[in-house]
Amino acid sequence: MKMSTRQADGVTIVDLNGPITLEDGSPVLRETVQRLIGQGEKRLLLNLAAVQFIDTSGIGELISAFTSMRDQGGELKLLNLTKKVHDLIRITKLYAVFDIRDDEAAAIQAFSKSA
Amino acid sequence: MRATYTLDSNLESIDKAEVAARAIALEAGFRREDSDYISLAVHEAAANAVLHGNQCDPSKHIAVRIEAAPETLTVSVRDEGEGLDASAIPDPLAPGNLLKESGRGIFLIRSLMDEVRFHNLNPGTEIIMIKHLR
Repeated sequence: MKMSTRQADGVTIVDLNGPITLEDGSPVLRETVQRLIGQGEKRLLLNLAAVQFIDTSGIGELISAFTSMRDQGGELKLLNLTKKVHDLIRITKLYAVFDIRDDEAAAIQAFSKSA
Repeated sequence: MRATYTLDSNLESIDKAEVAARAIALEAGFRREDSDYISLAVHEAAANAVLHGNQCDPSKHIAVRIEAAPETLTVSVRDEGEGLDASAIPDPLAPGNLLKESGRGIFLIRSLMDEVRFHNLNPGTEIIMIKHLR
């Protein structure tokens, strides 16, 4: 799993590339999100366009990232889910939890300005 | 077509089981999408066997058996752990459980495969997963 971050209009965008699984990706995602929270980031957009495979451990890490941001008064959104990740989010009913977007500009605009 | 594997209780074994299941499913004629779902279900089952069943104990192994018959793929994953009561696993879709970071593996397996059965082996647990060719 490779990860890079960039900033746009006060939002930190994390571009993930690779699987998010128990053995690959989940630990890196956790570390990255915790680091960004520690740096005071309040608006996090996870770009999953290059994530073709995720398991329930990876789903757990997305949830952990979401709740960690929320508990710090921040927001986390998901961007550009691939079909397989979409399917898992649908099966596990996590559409009720995550704000999922398919357009980066619109996703950035959707963050609350007060966060 | 049948393949059996005895694997160590580590994370690499999860990948091995998943890769084998996908390859056999494709060879048996399953569509790519269904092969991906089969391999994810096997991934979850192997992860449960390694982490929860065998507790990553290097003295324990998991046994994976993949059998392709006309119209059906059957995968069995066995561990050498303390046993499992699948009926006692909380519903991950319950509102109070949606934000839990774990507890979705068996639910996902049941969603991706057509039939799922558990056997207590005393010691150990076996999960049998079946997918029908569409």
